[in-house]
Amino acid sequence: MTKIVIVGNGMVSYKLCEKLVEKNTTASITVIGEEPRPAYDRVHLSAYFEDANADKLSMASRDWYEGNGIDLITSEKVSKINREKKEITTHNNNTFAYDYLVLATGSAAFVPPIKGVDKKGVFVYRTIEDLEMMMAYGKKASSAAVLGGGLLGLEAAKAALDMNLKTSVVEFAPRLMPRQIDEEGGNLLKQKMEDLGIEILLNKATSQITGEGTMTGMEFSDDTKLDVDMLIISAGIRPRDELGKEAGLEVAERGGFVVNSLMQTNDPSIFAVGECASHNNMIYGLVAPGYDMAEVVAEQLVHNTDEYQFDGFDMSTKLKLIGVDVASFGDPFCDNTPHSPISISDTQAGIYKRINVSEDGKTLLGGILIGDAEDYNMLHQMCVNEMALPPHPVDLIAKGSGDSGAAIGVDALPDTAQVCSCENVSKGDVCCAIKDDGVTDINGIKKATKAGTGCGGCLPMVNNILEDTLKKMGATIRKEICEHFPYSRQELFDLIKVNEIKTYKELLNKYGQGSGCETCKPAVASLLASIWNDLILKEATIQDTNDRFLANIQKGGSYSVVPRIAGGEITPDKLIAIGEVAKEFDLYTKITGGQRIDLFGATLNDLPLIWEKLIEAGFESGHAYGKSLRTVKSCVGSTWCRFGLHDSVGFAIEIENRYKGLRSPHKLKGGVSGCIRECAEARGKDFGVIATEKGWNLYVGGNGGANPKHAILLAGDITKEEVVKYIDRFLMFYIKTAEPLQRTAPWLEKLEGGIDYLKQVVVEDSLGIGEQLESDMEVLIANYSCEWKEAINNPKIRKRFAHFSNSDQDDPTQKFKRERDQRFPVAW
Amino acid sequence: MIFETNTIEEVKVWVNAGPTSDFPEDGGSSIFYEGEQIAIFNFSHLNKWFATQNLCPHKKQMILSRGMLGTEGDTPKVACPYHKKTFSLETGENLNGCEDSIKTFPIKIENDTVFVGLYEKK
Ligand SMILES: Cc1cc2nc3c(=O)[nH]c(=O)nc-3n(C[C@H](O)[C@H](O)[C@H](O)COP(=O)(O)OP(=O)(O)OC[C@H]3O[C@@H](n4cnc5c(N)ncnc54)[C@H](O)[C@@H]3O)c2cc1C
Ligand code: SF4
Ligand code: SF4
Ligand code: FES
Repeated sequence: MTKIVIVGNGMVSYKLCEKLVEKNTTASITVIGEEPRPAYDRVHLSAYFEDANADKLSMASRDWYEGNGIDLITSEKVSKINREKKEITTHNNNTFAYDYLVLATGSAAFVPPIKGVDKKGVFVYRTIEDLEMMMAYGKKASSAAVLGGGLLGLEAAKAALDMNLKTSVVEFAPRLMPRQIDEEGGNLLKQKMEDLGIEILLNKATSQITGEGTMTGMEFSDDTKLDVDMLIISAGIRPRDELGKEAGLEVAERGGFVVNSLMQTNDPSIFAVGECASHNNMIYGLVAPGYDMAEVVAEQLVHNTDEYQFDGFDMSTKLKLIGVDVASFGDPFCDNTPHSPISISDTQAGIYKRINVSEDGKTLLGGILIGDAEDYNMLHQMCVNEMALPPHPVDLIAKGSGDSGAAIGVDALPDTAQVCSCENVSKGDVCCAIKDDGVTDINGIKKATKAGTGCGGCLPMVNNILEDTLKKMGATIRKEICEHFPYSRQELFDLIKVNEIKTYKELLNKYGQGSGCETCKPAVASLLASIWNDLILKEATIQDTNDRFLANIQKGGSYSVVPRIAGGEITPDKLIAIGEVAKEFDLYTKITGGQRIDLFGATLNDLPLIWEKLIEAGFESGHAYGKSLRTVKSCVGSTWCRFGLHDSVGFAIEIENRYKGLRSPHKLKGGVSGCIRECAEARGKDFGVIATEKGWNLYVGGNGGANPKHAILLAGDITKEEVVKYIDRFLMFYIKTAEPLQRTAPWLEKLEGGIDYLKQVVVEDSLGIGEQLESDMEVLIANYSCEWKEAINNPKIRKRFAHFSNSDQDDPTQKFKRERDQRFPVAW
Repeated sequence: MIFETNTIEEVKVWVNAGPTSDFPEDGGSSIFYEGEQIAIFNFSHLNKWFATQNLCPHKKQMILSRGMLGTEGDTPKVACPYHKKTFSLETGENLNGCEDSIKTFPIKIENDTVFVGLYEKK
């Protein structure tokens, strides 16, 4: 029987075993690894910081090895190779004979020869044991520095931040991730890291690490210093090739066993795979190329074929750093290739995207994405498959600026396109699993093809292919809201309405399972409110926290109070009343962007007292806490403005009062401007009305926020009555069909047929549901009552606004400070 | 502070937390006892009561009693109102796997009165 010995039990070693088993090897296999546990997922090592759970990272158990007849030996280091005798010796002096030897020894963190690196408090980031030591040490430390601002360094910085340490990154180069991203991208990334509270020090050469025995700081060649309790070194990797020299195996200049395209070293019976292999003078610090190499070796060992060869690997990467997307693909710089770069950068939103288009404008050569890497997979594939570009390549990265969107969908990908590089799965493989094996969900795809089981970066694209293919097969894609209800929001809407269900409990008992959760409870609460507009306080505990206490929860457990000021019109007396309340309860006061007044810092205990006074002064709840109508902003219009065509204030007040308290899938805002100058910014709202010479224009589907979008014209030059009728229909249609927490802009974007279809439904009443929608709205309007009024007048409800049920006192841990003559919460 | 997560055997004092009617159905409220804030949950859908620390370990705010109750599989849990981190009401474990666990306390109902079992560590 052929004897195969594998040295090292890392990710690639495991993958090789798996492939040998899959290919039904008849050889005897022995794996020797120096780490105490069987192979684990090093790529997701940082997850260990969250729960210190090594099992979650495990790639295969001892049982798996045993069950497949593989001899696994751990905690044993191979110290010598005897090529003549074809055997290896371990540090415990055990010897093993081999016919084929595979070196999968990976690499070690590179520790630069800086004075003092041997001091206590200096760590590297490579194994579970490294992390354990770091975590133990970090408990006593208050600050940490990371040496190296590359991919891994930034990941280590996140880990340090998670340990609640003041964190700095020290980088020698003038920018972060110098090998993956360009200067502009680097600047933006730096900004983002700093926003997260990570200090970034660039152009810093570390000259020594100070401290006696235990490190206390770092000194740099520019004579600056950094006081810091611990240091994590992430300055690159060094292949573990120490077995090579003595055994006469050729080792590359920058380290690593030299291999040919069959992964053979200069001894044809010895292979090297993974991070310890140097192919064409290249060492790959990623797992996907290692898996490819494993396939090449497995084919030779089992099928005795040299058909499969390793021919280099594309180093595109995508990662999510502390919630910041960073990706580069193809040739990100194109330093030596003629190309035309196209880039967009929005420093405010923290987005930078660059693509390099070939000189003839036909193909994509590479690019960089920071802040928004949603289209990484698609762009990467366009690049790899040399797919034709759309007429305006800028559309590929400039989403939201027009209707084009990312101009190309997964549909355009050839079947051969590789979607998962870790497991080398093509689009065709995924489609086959769906069409032939009847797979319908992402877990099924993972099982059938292994796609997405490596780094996971391909999952968004795999999911798109899944949905696209299912859709084409005529399957409906169900969007169940959570484990407690096997229904979509739309289905629940219909169930509640048709069966006249009035409470959450009733719905859960009839159609759900379990006891609900923080996803379905508020969603159902919103549905019940949208359908019946009943008092939400009747079922306070299924409301999101803001709705439960009728106020927006803020830092420190305090609340903000926002009285309704319809259209922004307010009398001096009312203004004074607000001022007096704010003064009495020492509330931080601010004018909002939506023409109202925000009062912050109210304790739970004070909320009913505050509202008592506000209601007495004639105010009502502003519903600033609800997924409901917030404001209808107005300009001054014809009453005062010399340009004003009609009374925009009066109309805004009318509309705001009409829809106040209306519950919807997300918050709603409106605006009314007295002329095309648009001082109310009505087109930035879910519905906007603008006066024209002949009447009013009605726009819908706009919003501000993170993804601003202008509203689109629904009907032009119409009367006030028509405006109201169409808003009624539009809002009701939206409320009935949108997903939970979907604002009108994305809802409209996803609506098949878009604005044209909406026009047909709302203006032309093509479905014949216009009157129904209007009368549904009438029911809601008729049921309106001010929630706060009910709350303060009902002693039982009022009692809920207490921090303690057994004491009248406020939460003693709440802390405030004073700034600019007002009260502020102390930061968390 | 002065209390440890404890088992019924270790309980030194049963603190009277007030009448059951102080705690909304499928909701919670907090009580104050010798400087400690304890969240008490009336999980009526399961017909069970739970008590935990009131402090959310994520943002260190006294807020868990205002959280929403639910289940994940068979595990009863509470979702912090701030960022919806969820904790098992039985073991206190953070179910998102990224926060520290919270303390849980034994609880019993006698004559429509809620009692929380505490162990004072001197
Ligand atoms: C924190 C971190 C994050 C990463 N993130 C990513 C990522 O997002 N994407 C990506 O593609 N890659 C990532 N990587 C890199 C990826 O983990 C490696 O490319 C991959 O693990 C290499 O696999 P390997 O089997 O070649 O080496 P390893 O997994 O390092 O395994 C080698 C094993 O051999 C053992 N060994 C060495 N010498 C001997 C000997 N003489 N005797 C016995 N045993 C020996 C070692 O102890 C080790 O267990 C990351 C790495 C780290 C550390
Ligand atoms: S939108 Fe027109 S009417 Fe309104 S304030 Fe501006 S200029 Fe005047
Ligand atoms: S944008 Fe809105 S949510 Fe974000 S910090 Fe400002 S007020 Fe808060
Ligand atoms: S690309 Fe890494 S799992 Fe698919």
